Amino acid sequence: MIDGFPVTGKKATRNGFGDGLFEVGQQNDRVVALCADLVGSLKIQSFIDAYPERFFQIGVAEANMMGIAAGLATAGKIPFTGTFANFSTGRVYDQIRQSIAYSHKNVKICASHAGLTLGEDGATHQILEDIGLMKMLPGMTVINPCDYNQTKAATIAIADHYGPVYLRFGRPGWPIFMPEDQPFEIGKGILMKPGSDVTILATGHLVYKAMEAVEILESEGISCELINIHTIKPLDEELILESVSKTGCCVTAEEHQRLGGLGGSVATLLGMKKPAPMEVVAVNDTFGESGPPVDLMDKYGIGTEDVAKAARAAVNRK
Amino acid sequence: MASLAELQSTATQVRRDILRQVHYATCGHPGASLGCADLLTALYFEIMSYTRTFHMDGANEDVFFLSNGHISPLWYSILARAGFFDIRELSTFRQMNSRLQGHPATHEGLPGVRVASGSLGQGLSVAIGMALAKRLNGDNKTVYVLTGDGELQEGQIWEAAMSAPHHKVDNLIAIVDWNGQQIDGPNEKVMSLGDLPAKWESFGWIVLQMDGNDMTSVLNTLKQAKDMLGKERPVVILMKTEMGAGVDFMMGTHKWHGVAPNAEQLEQALAQLEETLGDYPYDPEYNQV
Repeated sequence: MIDGFPVTGKKATRNGFGDGLFEVGQQNDRVVALCADLVGSLKIQSFIDAYPERFFQIGVAEANMMGIAAGLATAGKIPFTGTFANFSTGRVYDQIRQSIAYSHKNVKICASHAGLTLGEDGATHQILEDIGLMKMLPGMTVINPCDYNQTKAATIAIADHYGPVYLRFGRPGWPIFMPEDQPFEIGKGILMKPGSDVTILATGHLVYKAMEAVEILESEGISCELINIHTIKPLDEELILESVSKTGCCVTAEEHQRLGGLGGSVATLLGMKKPAPMEVVAVNDTFGESGPPVDLMDKYGIGTEDVAKAARAAVNRK
Repeated sequence: MASLAELQSTATQVRRDILRQVHYATCGHPGASLGCADLLTALYFEIMSYTRTFHMDGANEDVFFLSNGHISPLWYSILARAGFFDIRELSTFRQMNSRLQGHPATHEGLPGVRVASGSLGQGLSVAIGMALAKRLNGDNKTVYVLTGDGELQEGQIWEAAMSAPHHKVDNLIAIVDWNGQQIDGPNEKVMSLGDLPAKWESFGWIVLQMDGNDMTSVLNTLKQAKDMLGKERPVVILMKTEMGAGVDFMMGTHKWHGVAPNAEQLEQALAQLEETLGDYPYDPEYNQV
């Protein structure tokens, strides 16, 4: 589909987290894990089996989990907290703000089931505001990997990074296309395909949607530069500015609210440094609903055709 | 070992420090700061074992967390008097460019503070995390945490209260400042705490009670609490105190929870508290660097 990024299988990004956690647990005995009654959903049983003394089941008490993680981090541990994205952010925002972010604690907030693709459980659980909430916190790193391999690589990489991190991933089985041995560098976007007409900046599950859109657009003669923005904060400003300087316009694509997500970060950057036509593919000020993940993406304007449409619009506005 | 008289004399000086900090800042929370002065004096000058060179990880030393962060002027006085920083720095309380923030923070690097507090209900969880880490590390020192009583109205406290016995945390002593008052009035009027000893007991804690404004009671109860560690259960001390303890016109009311004394009130209050160790020289230009 995209040269160098063949689809090699299908697995959920949360499996990448679970497998990455197991591996990083092996590498670093300061790594500890906490979970709020969602061990199966977060895929962390292998870590628990291997390192039972380094796992803390906290029950359905996310606020307490964040505080305990802050305490463990104070003592030099590297805590990875695991629950759904909704309960990892909005529910515990003040705990994260005071005990973790403001206090500079080395806590890794690992959040599954983010966005619409949580699917049938519906809007109560489909948080689409989490990136915005977390990127606003001073000192917080925000990472939204795109497939199993990248989530695994990110999970391993954040253990070596000192400081609070929000790692966001999802529930559904999703195509795997990033190389297994990719280096994961926090804050460095990955140029997946060079092009000259439009820059497409995609994050999370939308990277695959963007790959599908690029195929359509290229067949129409639109040359697309596709960049995988796994880290929303700190944003790879240099790569984005360089690309938009070349193509003259851009599209952002994310499984998040338009207000407060990747699009907002890129718009701020371009507005200040390199004004250019820009289109934002994101959910627009609405809650989701129950349904199959991909159908929900189409209904709420973050499907393959939405990315293609946005790219055409951006090119036309040049 | 400090004598009872020495500890009482330190607590008296600490009370003077509290009043002067809050007065010069023209804001802050003197009420519960005065109420908890005896406890923190006992902890830092007799009970806890720690190094004056501050280490964030608190490895192999006793660690204290202040969850009810608004009583910061008390903690700052204690930390300064214990040697973590120069007592002159107390002059900077709540001023611009100070390490002595209105509520305690790590952001400016004040030695002795390990986590920010002030937004209530969070410190007990943090203390449990530290206690679990100590256990993992084979570190047999103790974690102490102080919370307010109004603070017990926060749900997170009870999440934490449930989790410590579940995880058999037995290197933790939590202390509740049970002064019965909060900003809007008496606990009973604002939101009744119910049968506190029964609540903590039913959550699985070893529950002790003490008179937090009687140094002998404080010392004996803290020592008793230490003896009860290591029994696969956490210990909580419900500490009866008087908000404003040591200053007659500040006692028996919630009105001094968050109000600074003016010059006349300061003078009247200080007249009741002997200058035992020497007041810190007030220097608004003091810069710790």
